[in-house]
Amino acid sequence: MPKIAPLTVLKYVSVLALAVFIAFLPQIFDARLDAASAEFRVGQFTLVGIWFVALLGLNLLTGYNGQISLGHGAFVGLGAYVAALLSLGRPGLELYMLDPPSWMPIGDGMRPVFTIPIAALVTGVIGLLFGFPALRLGGVSLALATLAVAVSFPIIMKRFDEFTGGGGGINLNLPTTPFGWDISTRHWLYYEAWVTAGIVFLIAWLLVRGRVGRAWRSIRDGEVAAVSSGVNSALYKTLAFGVSSAFAGAAGALLAIEVAYVNPDTFPVALSILLLASVVIGGLGSLIGALFGSLLYVFLPIYSQNPPLVSWDFSNQAPAVVFGAFLIVIMLLLPGGVVGGLRRLGFFLRGLGARRPRAQTAEPLTSGTDGD
Amino acid sequence: MQQVVSGLAQGSIYASLALALVLIYRATDVLNFAQGEMATFTTYVAWSLMDNGLSFWPAFAVTLVVAFVGGAAVERVLIRPVEHRPEIVIVIVTIGLLIALNGLTGWIWGPEVKAFDSPFPLRTIDVAGVVISLQDLGVLAVCLITVALLWAFFRFTTLGLVMRAVANSQDSSRLLGVRVGWMLALGWGLAAVLGAVAGMMAAPALTLDPNLMLVVLIYSFAAAVLGGIDSPVGAVVGGLVLGVVINLLGTYVDFIGGELRLPAALTVLLLVLLIRPQGLFGHRVVTRV
Amino acid sequence: MPLLELRDVRARYGPIRALHGVSLTVDEGDVVALLGANGAGKTTTLRSVSNMVRTNGEIVFDGRRLTRRSPEFVARQGIAHVPEGRGLFPELSVWENLRMGARGRLASKEAERVIEAFPWIERRRDQHAATLSGGEQQMLALARALASKPRLLMLDEPSLGLAPTVVRELFGIVRRLNEEEGLTVLVVEQNATIALGLASRAYVLEVGKVAVEGTSDELERHEAVRKSYLGY
Repeated sequence: MPKIAPLTVLKYVSVLALAVFIAFLPQIFDARLDAASAEFRVGQFTLVGIWFVALLGLNLLTGYNGQISLGHGAFVGLGAYVAALLSLGRPGLELYMLDPPSWMPIGDGMRPVFTIPIAALVTGVIGLLFGFPALRLGGVSLALATLAVAVSFPIIMKRFDEFTGGGGGINLNLPTTPFGWDISTRHWLYYEAWVTAGIVFLIAWLLVRGRVGRAWRSIRDGEVAAVSSGVNSALYKTLAFGVSSAFAGAAGALLAIEVAYVNPDTFPVALSILLLASVVIGGLGSLIGALFGSLLYVFLPIYSQNPPLVSWDFSNQAPAVVFGAFLIVIMLLLPGGVVGGLRRLGFFLRGLGARRPRAQTAEPLTSGTDGD
Repeated sequence: MQQVVSGLAQGSIYASLALALVLIYRATDVLNFAQGEMATFTTYVAWSLMDNGLSFWPAFAVTLVVAFVGGAAVERVLIRPVEHRPEIVIVIVTIGLLIALNGLTGWIWGPEVKAFDSPFPLRTIDVAGVVISLQDLGVLAVCLITVALLWAFFRFTTLGLVMRAVANSQDSSRLLGVRVGWMLALGWGLAAVLGAVAGMMAAPALTLDPNLMLVVLIYSFAAAVLGGIDSPVGAVVGGLVLGVVINLLGTYVDFIGGELRLPAALTVLLLVLLIRPQGLFGHRVVTRV
Repeated sequence: MPLLELRDVRARYGPIRALHGVSLTVDEGDVVALLGANGAGKTTTLRSVSNMVRTNGEIVFDGRRLTRRSPEFVARQGIAHVPEGRGLFPELSVWENLRMGARGRLASKEAERVIEAFPWIERRRDQHAATLSGGEQQMLALARALASKPRLLMLDEPSLGLAPTVVRELFGIVRRLNEEEGLTVLVVEQNATIALGLASRAYVLEVGKVAVEGTSDELERHEAVRKSYLGY
């Protein structure tokens, strides 16, 4: 029976505690805030959950597997559109005078919650397909290629407006709690997002600590070495694309359901860029880093426009400046992101002299190899 | 034919920015994702100067100086510390710069669209039955002259020689006593100047807003990759060719029309990356080994 | 006072230690050889002087400390380092490479001197350096190093990959420069015979330390050196 280190126990316990906290968060808000504020906060944290799902995907691709993607937002958008089309179904779409081509397997509409796995599947497959040509590209080339995808996505969505609704977008039916359960819609959406997040996190965790994760990391750290040790890099790299796109698709579906509206301008290239920024700042190569990233993504714009202690009102451009500045500073000082910083703090406090915090090892961005 | 000329004019803008990208890539092995935003920022500086009474060409000149200093400063302050880190770190720093500059531009000058007057008269002239706009000719002339001056600088001056040597081999240059750091900063400064020219030429037609050069940057990436990421000649040729081809495709191919021009250019980018990654004239592929 | 002095120099490539405390001196006007097998640390020693590797210890040139200064600084003190592989700029022409020896500003007087020593350079001015033969590249590297009128010339394995006649010609030029102009030379060589023929003093490095030192006569008579490096 393998000895479990106290550190690992601490990690599992804290993740569990976090899960419990997330589960009861809406109740906490209800208890401590008035109804309107509570609703608002729950909505915010629903978004955190949604972006957490997306960032988990990006983290797997870029953090664990080392493939830079500036196109993640496009996959989120794709998932959103799939969910929208499926949940309305042909009859619903007709009402908006949208007429998808007959080869598209859009049924007659379905419960939004079922669109989530389907959207994930569809985007996952497309991601896999994208992974094949991506094998020929590396590093910056891949960044450029994915940037191209991200830039093209809104344009293409607008162009093919027979079924995408063009610039006007598609309105989904307002979300309702299914099966007549007795919770408010807001709460239902919150749990929908976070249960999905939990499932996705579990999948990610299992992948990362298993053979797949090891293969991914070895490819990231040195593809040539990995291949010569027998790792099938083509398989794993494509798989990384597929999995990360699937997660993005799930996030997109959740977003579509939550906002009840999809439109090309919700998924501009800026989204892809900011997603990458968020996951880097949160900490690549660490699953919890994606959570920090999603918190950052949701709350930074708010707090940088109206910082709590300062009475000015910064323009709405401030978030971008702060994001960018953060990104640069993090790269210069703390490549492991927030998680990396916490780790170093942990080492420092524990007085572990063996692992020097300034070691420039082969993985400056990824602050752990066990993927928690 | 008119489309060809305006395609060339557009293309010369792409060529300028593409050349800036190639310049930096050859010198420092970095693909500067923030090149467009740096150009936008300097174009706004020009706008402010003109807003305060300066006429176009003096403002143009001052802006070039500002761009040069700014570009060199970016290299020394932001890029130097991360020069030796893995590729992904440097990519992310330039992306951070892109995000920050975009926000900063909007913050300082506001996100509303601003009018940017063209220095060229808005007439058209008739050359052998073809109607050509003076604006197009002017843009083409300015960009090509700038490129030519830069070429002459590299070919005929001592400093240009030293910079070419540094781009060839930093280590060998060090052993000869060349202050490589300053040369790299110089390179970034010159690239920023190219960007500023591209921005100021693009602004009249595209109207000035913080996202001005974002789209141009994408086209320029396509042009640089098409020409060969380490080939200055390739960048210029790639830019001009891309400008003309996209313009013609947009005008004569219905499917593409006005909206799908950018995806069309990006398809070119993707195809080149997949089929012939070194582009038309280049030798190296867009990845650090 | 020696022109160049190394005291207990240690150097490493990342975690791998290459020099374990090398001490040597080079007097002005001397030709000193560094001998040893592959991996003994000869090249690393030169690279330490130029600060191309992480170095600890004292390196003093003409009274000035070189440790921890940049390679550019070291070069500007008057040390010309011709590395293994010659360090030419492949895309520049012969003449441009030469000009780079003086950081781009080659005075016409210097140019004449060089052409006198290497007449073929004049004829091949505009040829791309990458297209030269091995021997020509080495000559060009040497000419370039001399263009800056260095006080110390450091040559790393100049004979590598060259035919014997070319090697003799090359070393002949170096000898002339030393005798006629007092150029100080530190040469790293695997070919001990020819190195000892040129140098007045030599050091033999083994596993990152100085194993034997002395005048070239002493070394030529030294039994272990004869067996391992001179082949008789």
